[in-house]
Amino acid sequence: MTIAAIDSLSWNLVSDFNQMWAYAFMRNAFEAGTVVSIVGGVVGYFVVLRRTAFAAHALSHVGFAGGAGAALLVVDPLWGLLAFCVGAAAVMGAIGQRLRERDVVIGIVLMFALGLGYLFINLYSGNSADVYSILFGQIFGIDTEDVVVTLVVGVIVVTLIGVIYRPLLFASVDPEVAEARRVPVRVLAIAFMTIVGLAVAVSVQVVGVLLIFALLIAPAAIAERLCSRPSSAMVVSVVTALACTWIGLLLGFYFSPPVSFFITSLATGGYVLARVVSYALGRARAVPAVAGDPGSRWPTRSLSPDPAGTIQL
Amino acid sequence: MTPQVPGGPVVRATGLAAGYGNRVVWEGASFEIDRGEFVAVLGPNGAGKSTLLRMLLGLNRPVAGSLEVLGATPRRGNPAIGYVPQARPFESETAFRGVDLVRLGLDGHRFGFRPPWEWGSSSGLSKRALSQAQIAEAVAAVGATAYATRRIGQMSGGERQRLWLAQALVGNPSLLLLDEPLANLDLRNQAIMAELIGELAHSRNLAAVIVAHDLNPLRQVVDRVCYIAGNGVAIGTPDEVITTEVLSRLYGAPVEVLIDSRGRRFVVGIDEEIAHPHANHELLGR
Repeated sequence: MTIAAIDSLSWNLVSDFNQMWAYAFMRNAFEAGTVVSIVGGVVGYFVVLRRTAFAAHALSHVGFAGGAGAALLVVDPLWGLLAFCVGAAAVMGAIGQRLRERDVVIGIVLMFALGLGYLFINLYSGNSADVYSILFGQIFGIDTEDVVVTLVVGVIVVTLIGVIYRPLLFASVDPEVAEARRVPVRVLAIAFMTIVGLAVAVSVQVVGVLLIFALLIAPAAIAERLCSRPSSAMVVSVVTALACTWIGLLLGFYFSPPVSFFITSLATGGYVLARVVSYALGRARAVPAVAGDPGSRWPTRSLSPDPAGTIQL
Repeated sequence: MTPQVPGGPVVRATGLAAGYGNRVVWEGASFEIDRGEFVAVLGPNGAGKSTLLRMLLGLNRPVAGSLEVLGATPRRGNPAIGYVPQARPFESETAFRGVDLVRLGLDGHRFGFRPPWEWGSSSGLSKRALSQAQIAEAVAAVGATAYATRRIGQMSGGERQRLWLAQALVGNPSLLLLDEPLANLDLRNQAIMAELIGELAHSRNLAAVIVAHDLNPLRQVVDRVCYIAGNGVAIGTPDEVITTEVLSRLYGAPVEVLIDSRGRRFVVGIDEEIAHPHANHELLGR
């Protein structure tokens, strides 16, 4: 659903912005979009790091069942999204621990959720536009209550990630040592899935069930190409998500294609650009390294400890 | 380095038996490992070598007998133990550097935000500066300073192995446990890694226990070997343990140890596992 050009773009960004800001639905869209981008950027780093993209994808489809179920009960779809996503995330996190097993469990949950969602839209006699908005996002339809709920969920997600940040990083890259160091690897897996469930539920409002990766995977994947430090990757991921959402909203307001289309196009373009940039940077860096030590990836005097601990952290 | 039992052995096993549930994998092991000692745990696949490491880490319980680490029952999360698991592949594009891995060894188990007073710049001895110095020291000790800020996924197997070793060292452990640190390395890097571990054990006065398949890259640098086979355990210097008599007794079958002109020892006459000890490890990646 689109708001076809109410006003036209004057290219005077200040007056354009003021024009947009005059509409309550645009303010709601920007506020919710901003919160969702921050959440998506932060959570996305760990989704990419832990290779749980499939789980995020499945959770968004579970959200479809939740949203459709809520529409059937004439409740705000956001509540259905939150209930279904968090419930399914806890089940996925608790049952599937090994990767193979996890994928199977996720697949089963995904299948059942889609079946349930189909049943709900079959029973639902309302407007089919409501179903479309769950599938492809309806950011211009966000009301003030949704913004408040999104903000609360966003604060919870970012705080939780902050509290479990270091052990989650440890459990994600080095689970065996983390377990030996008494990091509760299993509990963290369930907690993280629940966080993904929350992030998915609020993101669906903006980009919809089918385009969830635009905010949950693409910004983190772009950041991963450009940064090698976890904290900077997370910052770049958030900035990228914000840029995609804000520019997408601006374009969606002034031009007829839907916001979700602009956000996904920007995310895709950003990813392609990031690949090109990282490839070029990688080539630029590789030249002196090869010249200095041909054929060997070991330092020349590998056994003796390095004389001075000069290292950029 | 560690206040607990400064004089006693790091590891003390008495009549130790390992297994799962009611199944005993090996039994009757009594030994002590002291600071500065480098011990290699050898034996065929499935003999229970990794089980010994897991018991020392407090992840498995002994089936019988007693096991002490620094005078206490092994427990999970003991900061006096540095552990390096078997190498596994790492996605090359993951935004995670060598120094980030080492830092996890310092504070990766801690929940909560880093308090603001630890954020301070490197002026004075802020906690941040202190931890950065510790990380740099551990990275230098394994000779990885040149590449520690590169992504883990872009390093060679040997480089990666060194950073895992630095992570284990960063907390100044008294006991270093390494599971197959030489697997997936070429012969030259096997020798370099073995020598590095031995040197660290002696210079940092820590007990190093490593699980390995093949004695020969380690023969010159280990102090003792612990050979696990056929439900039994034999401990002693390589020349004492890797002999036709001791191994035949352990396996309960005639086994022959051949010694070549350079002193290398080869065990022959066992099944496929001994003849091709690396067969199961080719799947593990580069």
